[in-house]
Amino acid sequence: MNTEPKETRAKKFGMVIDLDKCTGCGSCMVACSSENNVPVRKDESDKLLSATWIRVYRITNGKEFPDTEICYFPRPCMHCGGKNDDGHSPCVSVCPATATDYDHSTGIVSQIYTRCFGCRYCMAACPYHARYFNWWDPIWPAKIEESLSPDVSPRMRGVVEKCSFCFHRYQKAKDKAYIEERDVEEMEYQTACTQACPSGAITFGDLDNPDHAVYTLKQDKRAFRLLERLHTNPKVYYLSARSWVKRAGDNYVSSEEPTKGPGAYKLEGHGGH
Amino acid sequence: MSLTGEKQTGREQTGSSGGPEEKGASGVVALFFIVGLAASLAIGWIVFPKLLYSKSEQPFDFSHVTHADAVGDCESCHFFREDGSYAGVPTLEQCIECHEEVQGESEAERVFVEEYVAEGREVPWKSYSRQPDCVFFSHAAHVKGAQMECAECHGDIGESESLKPYEENKLTGYSRDIWGSNISGMKENSWDRMKMEDCGACHKETMGSKGACFQCHK
Repeated sequence: MNTEPKETRAKKFGMVIDLDKCTGCGSCMVACSSENNVPVRKDESDKLLSATWIRVYRITNGKEFPDTEICYFPRPCMHCGGKNDDGHSPCVSVCPATATDYDHSTGIVSQIYTRCFGCRYCMAACPYHARYFNWWDPIWPAKIEESLSPDVSPRMRGVVEKCSFCFHRYQKAKDKAYIEERDVEEMEYQTACTQACPSGAITFGDLDNPDHAVYTLKQDKRAFRLLERLHTNPKVYYLSARSWVKRAGDNYVSSEEPTKGPGAYKLEGHGGH
Repeated sequence: MSLTGEKQTGREQTGSSGGPEEKGASGVVALFFIVGLAASLAIGWIVFPKLLYSKSEQPFDFSHVTHADAVGDCESCHFFREDGSYAGVPTLEQCIECHEEVQGESEAERVFVEEYVAEGREVPWKSYSRQPDCVFFSHAAHVKGAQMECAECHGDIGESESLKPYEENKLTGYSRDIWGSNISGMKENSWDRMKMEDCGACHKETMGSKGACFQCHK
């Protein structure tokens, strides 16, 4: 635990997603897209070409009826800190343009669209498929263009985009805090997906702050992180009481799977990219 | 020593082989070079900047001095909203508080009241300091957090009697104040330029590092 005074101490924003509460409704995806001006295409059926900063995957335990179980898996950017949170995230370390960096004061991995030149190394490096490439300039239907958020700059053709943990909301919350000469409160900075989730499956806050809900939740015995064995040190934790879900989180290929037999799972994403 | 001697001989040989015609030719080449260089410099430093920026006047003139005398300080018109955001250029709503009727005899005042106040039309001011869309600039962080003076970035605009013409970069659409009036990019005052390196330099000086990308970008 960090003992520096609250105001100056570095934050470590993160998310805890309770998979046992997630119904797979997709509200988070919709809220995220409208909050962050994520471009829409006329034909969104080809998931290789469409962008969704948070995507809900569906996994099953691979068993025959009536033992079939399904789990919905929302996947935002994991904002990996790298080993010991040194900022050595997979995407940050490969970017030749410094278009993405690790903010040690918030733990957020940024993406600067005007700096990105679209080499897509970061997309190849990201083990979570959290990054998306803009193959076209966005074309907004006339009415939607009027409802775009001025707090998030729209992307142009040829650059990569990804979840920012709604960082603009933190910027705005900080502005208010400056005026009132105090620190940002937990509930003042919440991501769009967190607030949109009807079952309250997503919790967001400072993982290092004992007063925040995520601090306790991440220590839950149901907690795990995606592909933890890669040591990417993600800041998104998942909760599930189901052992097959936890195992799926490490996504072993069948030949290297540590435990076989009952509980073997099958990954079955919605397309993915 | 012998090496130098050989070189000198070599040079002498080249010189002696050329006649007066070649000397004249090299003079013409030198003249063309100098004229070309001067022309390129003139185009690059004088013609190009003139072509690059378009000049336009503000809708009508405005005196910061007169207003500062009347209202006291910058924050009376350029204020913070309750949510911490910055109002920037005042809207008609604030101006109307004093300017419901024509005050004084200036032409600008007449234009303002007749064409904008009477018709309820916002004044299409051209903002000298508007940053690109990808920039998140927090006035709260600088003015409230770091206790900076307005003039540190905006210069002496608060003491101006009239508004300067607005110059826009035809390629980028940004105000000239972002690049600065000096085309070579040299600056004397802290408010001469508002480019990323200027922000970065000040951040590095006062905070020890330029900060992460998301500190100023969105």
